[in-house]
Amino acid sequence: MTLLETRALTARYGDFQALFGVDIALQAGQTVAIIGANGAGKTTLMRSIAGVLRNAPEQVLFEGRSVGALPADEITALGIAMVPEGRRLFPSLSVEENLLIGAYGRKVQGHWGLEAVYGLFPILRERRLNPGTALSGGQQQMVAIGRALMSNPRVLLCDEISLGLAPVVIRDIYAALPRIKEAGASVVLVEQDIGQAMKVSDHVYCMMEGRVTLSGSPASLSRAAIHDAYFGAHA
Amino acid sequence: MNWIDTIAQGVLLGGLYALFAAGLSLVFGIMRLVNLAHGDLIVMGAYLILLVVSVTGINPFLAALIAMPLMFALGWGLQRVVLNRVLGPDILPPLLVTFGLSIVVQNVLLQGFSADSQRVGAGALETASVDLGVVTLGVMPLLTFASAIAVIVCLNWVFYRTSLGRAFRATSDDPVTASLMGIKPQGIFAMATGIAMIVVTIAALYLGMRANFDPTIGPARLIYAFEAVIIGGLGSLWGTLAGGVIIGVAQTLGAAINPEWQILAGHIAFLVVLLIRPRGLFPRAFD
Ligand SMILES: Nc1ncnc2c1ncn2[C@@H]1O[C@H](COP(=O)(O)OP(=O)(O)O)[C@@H](O)[C@H]1O
Ligand SMILES: [Mg+2]
Repeated sequence: MTLLETRALTARYGDFQALFGVDIALQAGQTVAIIGANGAGKTTLMRSIAGVLRNAPEQVLFEGRSVGALPADEITALGIAMVPEGRRLFPSLSVEENLLIGAYGRKVQGHWGLEAVYGLFPILRERRLNPGTALSGGQQQMVAIGRALMSNPRVLLCDEISLGLAPVVIRDIYAALPRIKEAGASVVLVEQDIGQAMKVSDHVYCMMEGRVTLSGSPASLSRAAIHDAYFGAHA
Repeated sequence: MNWIDTIAQGVLLGGLYALFAAGLSLVFGIMRLVNLAHGDLIVMGAYLILLVVSVTGINPFLAALIAMPLMFALGWGLQRVVLNRVLGPDILPPLLVTFGLSIVVQNVLLQGFSADSQRVGAGALETASVDLGVVTLGVMPLLTFASAIAVIVCLNWVFYRTSLGRAFRATSDDPVTASLMGIKPQGIFAMATGIAMIVVTIAALYLGMRANFDPTIGPARLIYAFEAVIIGGLGSLWGTLAGGVIIGVAQTLGAAINPEWQILAGHIAFLVVLLIRPRGLFPRAFD
């Protein structure tokens, strides 16, 4: 079943057009990776799905429903949660409060709650009373992921969760992915690290300059094809 | 002159200024909105309480309880219909709009209640006092100060211990990310202004019982409130109380030396604190 879909999605910042008709689809239970160079439009795509940027209603479909025009708080309530680029923890809130506020707009029965998040990332329990911003980068990323999980989302959007982190830390964070999926979330991952994206995803979309230039299952995509899609053919 | 007595009176007066200021501080802390009509809204609250008292004949404290939900609704609506539309990166539009609102409120009150000065009668409370040996304190100033502390304790409880308070702080930090949590920033701002108007009603109760008021005195109350907020450090409610107390003590000390110096002494204390600590006594760690 197609859980989430964009159809000819366009987005602009004032006069500047950032997306030119993007089509992606996420099947229930699967992980989709979006790769592409800086400025390709990956974050813009995530922000459009999450409702931070508003679109025409039928440009984003969630469970068959047109949701492109809904504001972010209503998208969250429907079950799409985002781990934003740069983590964006609330500096006035402790680690635990950052987690709790993740459930503010969507309180549904589900696997995820404080205890389950602390089970997933035990270090956060030790740091629970610290300000979120007093943590290391990797721990902050864990808070940002935990915060998104607290709403028990159907779809989890992760925007560059490995950015700026050491390889061991990235490994720890990606180790959480199978448990997140087991608990019922389907995942859209934005990644600059192509190897990482190929390893964990069922389907990859490569973006360049606001368009999808290549897509397919990781096994079906050759290194050369990805290189061309990433940097432009013959670059 | 009895110094202890003068200082005690000043401290208690600071409670009144803290009440004037708490709502202003709350709204500024959450949405960086400076409400220039704050003083006029306090005066309006005093008229509303006066109206309830004169229509029903009940005690002013009960009348304030009746006024609170009305004032909450007014604040909520004001934020929804007017102020949310002008909030943004530019700080000028909200200043202009609340300045206009200040004039509108004053003139509506003039139309409705005339320029005559009024007072909310509190009966025997007005003159009651307690003798503590070294000082004799009026019951009304004591009640005012106790109310200021109660208001600050309650607001801090909401702010730091409830889900709504978390949403207030998160929205103040970063409204876009807050919306990803399912928070509607516009609704949060409306709640904040509604709650500020409940505090305004409490301030109005004491304003109305302690002295005469007329439709034009709002801006002067606004200045004391401003000074208290800024001395205390923007966004810190206990700081606001400290600020109110500093202004109150400076005023009573000034008045004790020469009655003409009362107001000036308060403003001088404000400037001195600002010179020494430009960000106030208890500034927030980040902004
Ligand atoms: N807030 C903004 N205002 C104007 N232009 C923006 C804004 N955010 C991103 N852009 C532009 O949109 C394009 C896509 O950006 P983005 O979606 O952030 O790319 P990516 O996440 O793939 O690095 C870039 O050219 C970027 O400069
Ligand atoms: Mg990006």
